[in-house]
Amino acid sequence: MADDGQTRGGDIIYRHRLPVRLWHWVNALSVIVMLMSGLMIFNAHPHLYWGSYGANHDHSWLEITPGHLRLGSLIVPTPGLLGVTPAGGRFVAFPPLVTIPSSYNLAHARVWHLAFAWLLVVPGLLYWAWGFARGHVRRDLAPTLDELRPSHIAHDIAQHARLRFPTGAAARRYNVLQKLAYCAVIFLLIPGIVLTGLTMSPAIDAAWPWLLDLFGGRQSARSIHFLCAMGLALFILVHLVMVLLAGPINEVRSMITGRYRLPREKRE
Amino acid sequence: MSARLTRRGLLGGLAAGGGGLLLAGCDKIDAAPGVQRILGLAEPLNLHAQRLVSDRAALAPEFSAAEMSPVFRTNGTANPATPDYAAHVAAGFADWRLAVDGLVANPLALSLAQIRQRPRRTQITRHDCVEGWSAIGQWTGLPLGMLLREAGLRPQARYIVFHCADLFRDAPYYESIDLIDAFHPQTMLAWGMNGQTLGVGHGAPLRLRVERQLGYKQAKYVMRVEAVASLAGIAGGKGGTWEDAIGYQWYAGV
Repeated sequence: MADDGQTRGGDIIYRHRLPVRLWHWVNALSVIVMLMSGLMIFNAHPHLYWGSYGANHDHSWLEITPGHLRLGSLIVPTPGLLGVTPAGGRFVAFPPLVTIPSSYNLAHARVWHLAFAWLLVVPGLLYWAWGFARGHVRRDLAPTLDELRPSHIAHDIAQHARLRFPTGAAARRYNVLQKLAYCAVIFLLIPGIVLTGLTMSPAIDAAWPWLLDLFGGRQSARSIHFLCAMGLALFILVHLVMVLLAGPINEVRSMITGRYRLPREKRE
Repeated sequence: MSARLTRRGLLGGLAAGGGGLLLAGCDKIDAAPGVQRILGLAEPLNLHAQRLVSDRAALAPEFSAAEMSPVFRTNGTANPATPDYAAHVAAGFADWRLAVDGLVANPLALSLAQIRQRPRRTQITRHDCVEGWSAIGQWTGLPLGMLLREAGLRPQARYIVFHCADLFRDAPYYESIDLIDAFHPQTMLAWGMNGQTLGVGHGAPLRLRVERQLGYKQAKYVMRVEAVASLAGIAGGKGGTWEDAIGYQWYAGV
């Protein structure tokens, strides 16, 4: 995102460099497969605990039962959404539309999950290395001190809430809400989900027992793994809505070819 | 502006209608043998990557008595209930013998009393089921490495197979591990649990503990320990009952 100060609405700029575009699509595929196969793995034991151990006789802080979600002592009815029994199948916490495979199969879900984990981690590490080495993180992702002023963030939130997005030269760079969201995904949610995933492996716990201390035990790691997954799912939802609102053709094209047409300045 | 709305409408329609097609398509992809074969390549990758970052003798975390699960649930078979097994339970396993055979120099047939007289190890470890739950319990037993040294493995031996008394779809349950895990200091044939004699629900008289792997590797009701060069000729050839039946990974370190 070079800045020559001459651009205005309607101009086409080179917005996303090749490593960003490549990682975006590889990561989109791996995250979606990981989320959907992960929900099927959750179906095998739809209860979450804090601490080192946790099984059916222990207190769970979250569980999905037929037609209900329980969070602590709060019970939310979820008819047809969570805790369903598809025709001819067995009870599942998450319904067929959001799982891989669609009908209950822990073995196949694990095969998908443990293979695509590599596609999440290896390209992610390459993207990190490139991002730090070539200034992508510093220039494009890190919010400036000025942008982090509460009044600036409040202003951006207010503008977004009115569906007024940056136009012209101001749309060359990510706004502070984008930066914060992308940083949260790249430096918090994805590393968190990978490390908590590793903590659930009994062999890795023998090799790197500090992971258990970091997350407070295997069942806590499993809970945090699930919360990070829900965070990623929420990000994807908001991200897709924003792409649709901002002009899907222009946005998707910019993530394929790198070229982005700056939105025209609105006449007041 | 109207052109953009049309595009949005089109995309929305495609997304909604595509849901059903996507579901059918995903399951076709999942069921394709080629896809399963390619995804299955991750299993040896996971094994070698984990072995690369682990010391061979790296111990699974051990816990204090205060950290144990109040209730250690049973899972899988709670009682093999075959006539043979029922007779052994009734006799307190007095006439029962553990067979140690296959590629060994000195095949053994040990009574439970003989096994309990041998050196023992006690450890409080976490049992992680493939389904996601964990339970912490105390196990006392004979380190498997000691038993294998006594029997004397032949040089061709690569895997240790555990043949069990419980049946799954009318065939005896079995499991297998490689020699790295077989000689790991925490790998044992446990005859005691939580300070008591191992009960029927948890695999009496002997249960394998291989602490760096998931629950389905912890074979219960172990009757025979066999050293083999290859897993190919045994039952379905994938090294274990669940591996053969539904495709769980043979290497269950993750």
